[in-house]
Amino acid sequence: MKQVKELLHLLEENSHVSRKTIADMMGISEDDVNQLIQELEDKKVIVKYMALVNWEKVEENDHVTAVIDVKVTPKRDVGFDEVAERIYRFPEVKSVYLMSGAYDLSVTIEAPTMKEIAQFVSDKLSTLDSVISTTTHFMLKRYKHDGVVLTDKDDDRRMVVTP
Amino acid sequence: MSSHVQQSSRVQSRSRISKVVSSIPPSGIRKFFDLAASMDDVISLGVGEPDFVTPWNVREAAISALERGYTTYTANSGLPELRREISKYMSQQFNIDYDYDEQVVVTVGASEAIDLALRSIIDPGDEVLVVEPSYVSYVPTVRFTGAVPVIVETTRGTDFKLTARHIEEKVTPKTKAIIFCFPNNPTGSTMTGEELQEIARVIEKHDLIVLSDEIYAELTYSGQHESLAAQTDMYDRTIVINGFSKAFAMTGWRVGYAVGPRDIIQAMTKIHQYTMLCAPIMSQMAAVEALKKGLPEKDRMVESYRHRRNYVVKAFREIGLDCHQPEGAFYAFPSVKATGLTSDEFAEQLIQEEKVAVVPGHVFGAGGEGHIRCSYATSLEQLQEAIKRMGRFVEKHL
Repeated sequence: MKQVKELLHLLEENSHVSRKTIADMMGISEDDVNQLIQELEDKKVIVKYMALVNWEKVEENDHVTAVIDVKVTPKRDVGFDEVAERIYRFPEVKSVYLMSGAYDLSVTIEAPTMKEIAQFVSDKLSTLDSVISTTTHFMLKRYKHDGVVLTDKDDDRRMVVTP
Repeated sequence: MSSHVQQSSRVQSRSRISKVVSSIPPSGIRKFFDLAASMDDVISLGVGEPDFVTPWNVREAAISALERGYTTYTANSGLPELRREISKYMSQQFNIDYDYDEQVVVTVGASEAIDLALRSIIDPGDEVLVVEPSYVSYVPTVRFTGAVPVIVETTRGTDFKLTARHIEEKVTPKTKAIIFCFPNNPTGSTMTGEELQEIARVIEKHDLIVLSDEIYAELTYSGQHESLAAQTDMYDRTIVINGFSKAFAMTGWRVGYAVGPRDIIQAMTKIHQYTMLCAPIMSQMAAVEALKKGLPEKDRMVESYRHRRNYVVKAFREIGLDCHQPEGAFYAFPSVKATGLTSDEFAEQLIQEEKVAVVPGHVFGAGGEGHIRCSYATSLEQLQEAIKRMGRFVEKHL
């Protein structure tokens, strides 16, 4: 289990590193690494590999992000799961979390323009039977995402050779 | 112009600089610093400090200390709160108990602690065994006290570990103390409890005082660090030196400490009181935070060094450099003998031809000749590129 966690941490840090390097870093064989990863992929512990993109640096970037607090009425037997599913099936919905506190679902939406997000909220989200209310917050700037600081990296301030 | 010349010749006839200071050559590391600093795009494996910035909670504690006006002197031996935390830490991590009030002194980096320890116990003419390869300051610091440094050389044959035989060969009736560092800079070697027990017998037999520089203690990759002070009969003759620089990535804060027998720590505190007064209060406040809340972050950094150690040692072997497994610190110490080059030639040509900076082993004592010190406290991407360049270089010279 310790080995699995170690492997997952390394992949989470950088999944782009070659299997051989990961094996060397962990001090195990490349075959072992391949087998472990295969198992983790089969079990959907590792769900997907992707790049973390800083869209703000892309010219003509057409990404507007909004976080929407949604209050809903849970249904007998299925609770929040049914309405959550109805929401997360929309492709523009990037994440859905069930929250404790003043509202129930936290929904993140990405769309090319603010207008489209507004339209999504009024046409798709608010009209769902179980939805009681929505509060939409537009994201202005992304400083840190998934543990990664998106502003330019600090320089190495160390002297080049020290005892 | 002529008066200027006259003046300098007068200086030469009666040197203003003391004999002991004049007799100490400049550090051999300087040449490589100048070379590396004069070039662009150098990948440096020559840096003897962590590549992490001090954890934010520690930095934040210092900022907050300044905001609240903590800008004064502290007790000479350090803030009582910090000494309490150090005492607790030594007990929990290394299983040695020290009274926070009389057996702990907080210093300006471990370097000051080494100087204080030597000055506390040495009279001119005493001999001090210095175990090499080692950090560059030991021999000069011993000589500043008027003592005679006697070099004990560890070699690749014992994976740069210290043995009882090494000590027996060099010890004389004049030997007062021995100084060594494990996990070691530059070799990365460590000592197990059993190995320490073996040298403890000789140390006891010859009634030596030990300066055990354990600044890399936390950076130990298989099992737990064993302190010499925890071995049988060693507690009352061992000064343990540690600090925050390596484990907590706090090199620039200049805060270290020594723990040991009451009489020696009190003697050290006396010198510290007259020469330094105290370590900076904001650094001490940051150190308190490091010990109270910084351990998980420390563990995360150690894990990251361990991964890079594993990678880099295997990579050196794959490009044809013999390299023992370093069990601590963040240095690999591969042999370059296969290339037929001296360590100095290897390092100089490597930086000229491939722009990779390493430190030649002889800088750390004659016994380090034939090896180069490579710090793996740098990003994996940089390490991979450095290995690629070094592989190309070695292939040309094999």
